[in-house]
Amino acid sequence: MLRFGRQPAIDTGCGGWLSRRLVLLLASILPLLAGCGERAWNAPYPASEAESNTLYSSFSERPKHLDPARSYAANEYAFIGQIYEPPLQYHFLKRPYQLVPLSAEEVPHPAFFDRQGNRLPDDAPVERIAFSEYEIRIRPGMNYQPHPALAKTADGSYRYHELDPTRIESVNRLADFPHTGFREVTAEDYVYQVKRLADPSIHSPIASIMSEYIVGFPEFVSTLGGARKSLPGESGWLDLRSYPLEGVELLDRYRFRIRLHGKYPQFVYWLAMTFFAPMPWEADRFYSQPGMAERNINLNWYPIGSGPFMLSENNPNLRMVLTRNPNFHGEPYPSQGEPGDREAGMLEDAGKPLPLIDKAVYSLEKEVIPRWNKFLQGYYDTSGVSSDSFDQAVEFGSGGEATLTDEMRQKDIRLATAVETSIFYLGFNMADPVIGGDSAENRYLRQAISIAVDFEEYISIFSNGRGVVAQGPLPPGIFGSRDGIDGINRVVFDVVDGEPRRKSLQEARELMARAGYPGGKSETTGKALVLNYESASAGPDSKHLLNWMRKQFRKLGIQLVIRATDYNRFQEKLRKGTGQLFMFGWNADYPDPENFLFLLYGPNGKVEHAGENAVNYDNPEFNRLFEQMKNMDNTPQRQEIIDRMVEILRHDAPWIWGFYPKGFSLYHGWYGNVKPNLMANNTLKYKRIDPRTRLERQQAWNPPVVWPLYLLFLLLVVTVVPAIHHYRKRERSSAR
Amino acid sequence: MIAYILRRILYAIPILIGVNVLTFVLFFVVNSPDDMARMHLGMKRVTPEAIQGWKAERGYDKPLLLNDSREGLEALTDTIFFQKSVKLFQFDFGISDSDRDIGYDISQRMWPSLAIAVPVLLVGLLVNITYALLIAFFRATYIDIWSVVLCVVMMSISGLFYIIGGQYLVSKLLHLVPISGYDTGVSAIKFLVLPVIIGVIGGIGSGTRWYRTLFLEEINRDYVRTARAKGLSEAVVLFRHVLKNAMIPILTGVVVVLPLLFMGSLITESFFGIPGLGSYTIDAINRQDFAIVRAMVFLGSVLYILGLLLTDISYTLVDPRVRLS
Amino acid sequence: MTGGLVILWTDGLIFLLLLFTVVFGVYASRREHLRGPWRLVVRSRVGVSTLVVLAFYVIVGLLDSIHFHPLAPSQEAGVESVRSGEVISLFDHLVTPLRERHEKTYSAPLATHLYAKETIELADGSVLRDYPRLQFGGAHLEDPHGDWAGDVLKLGLIGLSKGLLVTLVVGNILLALLAGRWRMGFGDAARAVLWGRTIVPWRVALVTLGVLLILVMVSIELSTGYHLLGTDKVGEDVFYQALKSIRTGLLIGTLTTLVMLPAAILLGIMAGYFRGWVDDLIQYTYTTLNSIPGVLLIAAAILMLQIYMSNHADDFNSLVERADLRLLFLCIILGVTSWTGLCRLLRGEAMKLREVDYVQAAEAFGVGHFQIILRHILPNVLHIVLITVVLDFSGLVLAEAVLSYVNIGVDPTMNSWGNMINSARLEMAREPVVWWSLLASMLFMFTLVLSANLFSDVVRDAFDPRLRNSR
Repeated sequence: MLRFGRQPAIDTGCGGWLSRRLVLLLASILPLLAGCGERAWNAPYPASEAESNTLYSSFSERPKHLDPARSYAANEYAFIGQIYEPPLQYHFLKRPYQLVPLSAEEVPHPAFFDRQGNRLPDDAPVERIAFSEYEIRIRPGMNYQPHPALAKTADGSYRYHELDPTRIESVNRLADFPHTGFREVTAEDYVYQVKRLADPSIHSPIASIMSEYIVGFPEFVSTLGGARKSLPGESGWLDLRSYPLEGVELLDRYRFRIRLHGKYPQFVYWLAMTFFAPMPWEADRFYSQPGMAERNINLNWYPIGSGPFMLSENNPNLRMVLTRNPNFHGEPYPSQGEPGDREAGMLEDAGKPLPLIDKAVYSLEKEVIPRWNKFLQGYYDTSGVSSDSFDQAVEFGSGGEATLTDEMRQKDIRLATAVETSIFYLGFNMADPVIGGDSAENRYLRQAISIAVDFEEYISIFSNGRGVVAQGPLPPGIFGSRDGIDGINRVVFDVVDGEPRRKSLQEARELMARAGYPGGKSETTGKALVLNYESASAGPDSKHLLNWMRKQFRKLGIQLVIRATDYNRFQEKLRKGTGQLFMFGWNADYPDPENFLFLLYGPNGKVEHAGENAVNYDNPEFNRLFEQMKNMDNTPQRQEIIDRMVEILRHDAPWIWGFYPKGFSLYHGWYGNVKPNLMANNTLKYKRIDPRTRLERQQAWNPPVVWPLYLLFLLLVVTVVPAIHHYRKRERSSAR
Repeated sequence: MIAYILRRILYAIPILIGVNVLTFVLFFVVNSPDDMARMHLGMKRVTPEAIQGWKAERGYDKPLLLNDSREGLEALTDTIFFQKSVKLFQFDFGISDSDRDIGYDISQRMWPSLAIAVPVLLVGLLVNITYALLIAFFRATYIDIWSVVLCVVMMSISGLFYIIGGQYLVSKLLHLVPISGYDTGVSAIKFLVLPVIIGVIGGIGSGTRWYRTLFLEEINRDYVRTARAKGLSEAVVLFRHVLKNAMIPILTGVVVVLPLLFMGSLITESFFGIPGLGSYTIDAINRQDFAIVRAMVFLGSVLYILGLLLTDISYTLVDPRVRLS
Repeated sequence: MTGGLVILWTDGLIFLLLLFTVVFGVYASRREHLRGPWRLVVRSRVGVSTLVVLAFYVIVGLLDSIHFHPLAPSQEAGVESVRSGEVISLFDHLVTPLRERHEKTYSAPLATHLYAKETIELADGSVLRDYPRLQFGGAHLEDPHGDWAGDVLKLGLIGLSKGLLVTLVVGNILLALLAGRWRMGFGDAARAVLWGRTIVPWRVALVTLGVLLILVMVSIELSTGYHLLGTDKVGEDVFYQALKSIRTGLLIGTLTTLVMLPAAILLGIMAGYFRGWVDDLIQYTYTTLNSIPGVLLIAAAILMLQIYMSNHADDFNSLVERADLRLLFLCIILGVTSWTGLCRLLRGEAMKLREVDYVQAAEAFGVGHFQIILRHILPNVLHIVLITVVLDFSGLVLAEAVLSYVNIGVDPTMNSWGNMINSARLEMAREPVVWWSLLASMLFMFTLVLSANLFSDVVRDAFDPRLRNSR
């Protein structure tokens, strides 16, 4: 029997006679309709796609918003980053992260003005700068993707802008509009998009922060609010072009200017996010027709961009497909990188026109197991490890640097790692009387706990070693973070041979004694110290995690009570400041220390100011230094201030500086140009696929193993024969 | 008959209202509209104004059940509950909290659910009845005893194990079918084979045992003895008499689950990544999308009541002695 | 060693249930129509052997339901030992070594080394990547590769002989008791039992007991030196987890029915007996409840409980108490979704009984409704209740696993088979596969559910004469 089992995958003649008979028999339960040998049976894609220049990946949760004015999550950026083109982007290869033009001609340089409107020199002191202006020049000749909103009739009017409601009712997808059109991207579209950020009906997540900076933005928000109210239908079209926004000025067809209050060097980073991508007014006009939203046809589902790809299939229940935008303006693969890139083969495609692939298929994959297995079978080019994880729990991933097994290497699977620009920390609620506050005793308590909670072990158990123990709030790669001896947190670590070594538990216990809890018991009441740990996770891993956490506190005699809730309650506790200890994380918006240190800035406190300072830390000296540091350029003086700030933080220990997760992704040998870039979200265009190799390996890895089926069949025969025999005997006896 | 059906439909209305109230209360004890807004607006940089705006846009800014600020009847009607319920009864499910047309989504996701549920039901029926007939034929022999033991053993294995084990064995080790996923049209077959087989296998234990009892009950009746005495062969007796008469309970048992097939299977669908209504419901619970949850509960209740009605009607059709009054 | 006793909600209820069972047993033993079927049950071979297995589970479950604060041995000398805040059960105390011997992470059953390679620093400072030795598993072996097989065999044999010894002792005691009861010589009794000539199949009971005892002894012996079923992600013993899960499974299976019984019996009988608007109202209630998808109802209830607990956080100081309350709540809500079936059955039965002569007569004599229900109707539907309870049990145990998958099952910190399977899903995706958590939970769950299913078959056959005849 085994001989037959070996045949079908290799033998192109579909096996022998017996096997053909059996195959016919089994045809009803096996997908053999496509014939033998064409493609492995377990391929989840159609055979016709086998050799296409297509990238296969997965997404675990359907993206909520694809509108560039709303989208603010990594899983959404994975799509719209490839579709929309903001003025700037991060250089694919160079490190530290460097901004380069994308749809702009060059990276804009701010011009500073004082209160009277006089131009100031670039090195003017921050206090004197009242306004800064960014003039952005975009590239001429860029076109939007083909889209029905831009389709025109022969007489030049828009074909689908005045649809009658019955026509819309017959439509379910954007593809149901047969005609498409396109036009050039102009500066006006960028201005239009900035105005959309202010539109109260869109709820842009950055509307509040832009209100602080863009001149006239708050007033514009209320203007639009009023204008919306006077509209006949609530969701009707508001032509934003007819409402002026003071701080954003259209200069000509290819130039516009943004005017900000004060000095805000981080603004250029915003210009690299899709919030500032161009949006044609026609799209807004098109989608706002009554009845469209009810048919799921809106900007949240059907983007319109000028980037290298367009969303050609949007079925978030099944798959999302990006295909090459035929109108893409073209961009060459970068020809410079950092040292080592050439050796790593990163520059092999230098100068080639992007994008390098024709299509990218993202399949919905909610479960970890199928995703991982499909990757191993070669049906996903890369095992998608995302950096969007702070909102959710830490994700499971096998492998990792430590466990890239021989089996993986045999399959030519490769590994890319990078320390992420994010941090996981264990926060002490500083508003809590027991562990928070500025008293020396409580500070000792926090320091003792900081020593006791062994994050090295945490990383090795729960992240397969994918992480670096944090020495402070700033991850490596962010300006201001220091590595080596200078960067070691002396409150928690000793320095041994130039390496950090966690202080002994003995020292932590001494600190406990100084804090008034010798042996974990309160000196005054004699009772054991009980602390509450807020947990929002309910996944299968959380049980281990919570047990581990309790073990850490038990080292000091502290009893840890786990208060597990759902994410909403968890957030509510943070907002009300009723929690004591909790694990939280932050993922950088842009590579600037301000984006991390503001998490501990007093006026950003969660309870009082609804900010992002979840531990409600408020240290006047730190606040002062922060205000000073915030708007500085990356100079040695800035480094010095940051050093002082970090020192204050380490001493006060409002967080246990948990760890910086190490992003790692596995990818197959046929997948080229992989270099982790944690800031850029438009890297799909650089990726290269070798479809031939992929198909060969898929076939080699997935030979259908059929002999168990034959065995099963044989077993069936073996059991049926005596039954028939028995039946015959019985019939004969009853007939008698 | 028609009057009866009409009466039953009228009777369904208070039940649906009850269901609606219950879901509503349960959901809003758990979720405040603020929670929902936060969930949908994302985690970062959410301002109170944005939350207010979100609620206002979707009509969640009204009081839950009683509006004190309004007079008379309006105090009841100008509430979240009333506004959201009325449309439901017109089968207008509206737009989900994440801006999707629920009716359209349901009509799309219904098909994958059916694509699993219908084959599982039919194949399961076929396999179970065949097996049960076989056992009935060989009653009181070693085949009977060991088959019943096998059934009990199969019943005692958790359904999760069938899924995990099946996926591991068939997809991962034997490479016979894709591990998960779905496609439209004919290419869906290769994705459906495994879930259907697992569904059938998971149901064999209890199904076969149930049919076996039915058949044994019939076999001991007088008319069967008469038939046998006439000299009919055992096979003829089984097929022509026993199976025919046992069809009544079998059919009515099937009819009651028919409408519920639309609802899909929660676990199977999420394990195999099939975009049906089961995974739709689970996702909605996890994302706290109230509109979808309510729509699905409502739909489930309607289908359940429909199933009961169909059962009653099918009784009269297969058994003329039963009169509907 | 032990500090103060702690009675958790579920502990209280489980002992209440035990009390009920005993009372019902006494009650039933005086009523022939209830006692007869039970006699049939214990006369069936399947019935007896499953009873022995179930008894084993129940004993573990009950031992695990007596909670107390242990006196924590102080970590440092000089500090007096204090009563710690944690709560452990008598069972935990008995298997303390299992509970406390944590490895670092995964290790296979009976392994001596971890399951993953790690960087080990050797004494001379050089670094080596290898599988490190376990802290406890096989730690007593000098040369783990050479001695392992012999040691495992040795421990297994010791366990086997201990098991046989205990079986022998228990068997002799039993025989002596039986001989006394039957008023015959020990030899005659032994012969009768061993030849299988007794009415109650004592031989089957003895063999099952023997097999179980041998398994227990072998497990104990092997557990002294190894992790019998390996360790999980944080190095906890999987065998211990599987044993701890027994209580959870039993509680879900029994407490749910306990919780739903009063409502189902009362409402079911009332609907059938009083008819009219009472019937309409009750029917309306259960049709409405029934038509809501159960998963949704459970999800909402569990979320509700979480809110309650976070609003009253001070009342729930220990993790065990919180997990316990969630378990209780899960039982209640499962009860709410499952009482309707029984209620409908009882309604139909009560309707029939209402028309029976003696009930009519009692009514004519002016006996109160309450009296009639209590005297005439309730005793006559008890067998239906019993069959339903036994039949539902295994379904509920299985349901727990599925609910945990959707994250609306028991508390994630609680040991349960569902939680084990849930984490095993991730382990199955590891390379190489970690299979023992799944296997252990499946094995323990399967044994319980299979015994329960077989037992319920026997019970149903005994109580439902219609089916008995059809055999």
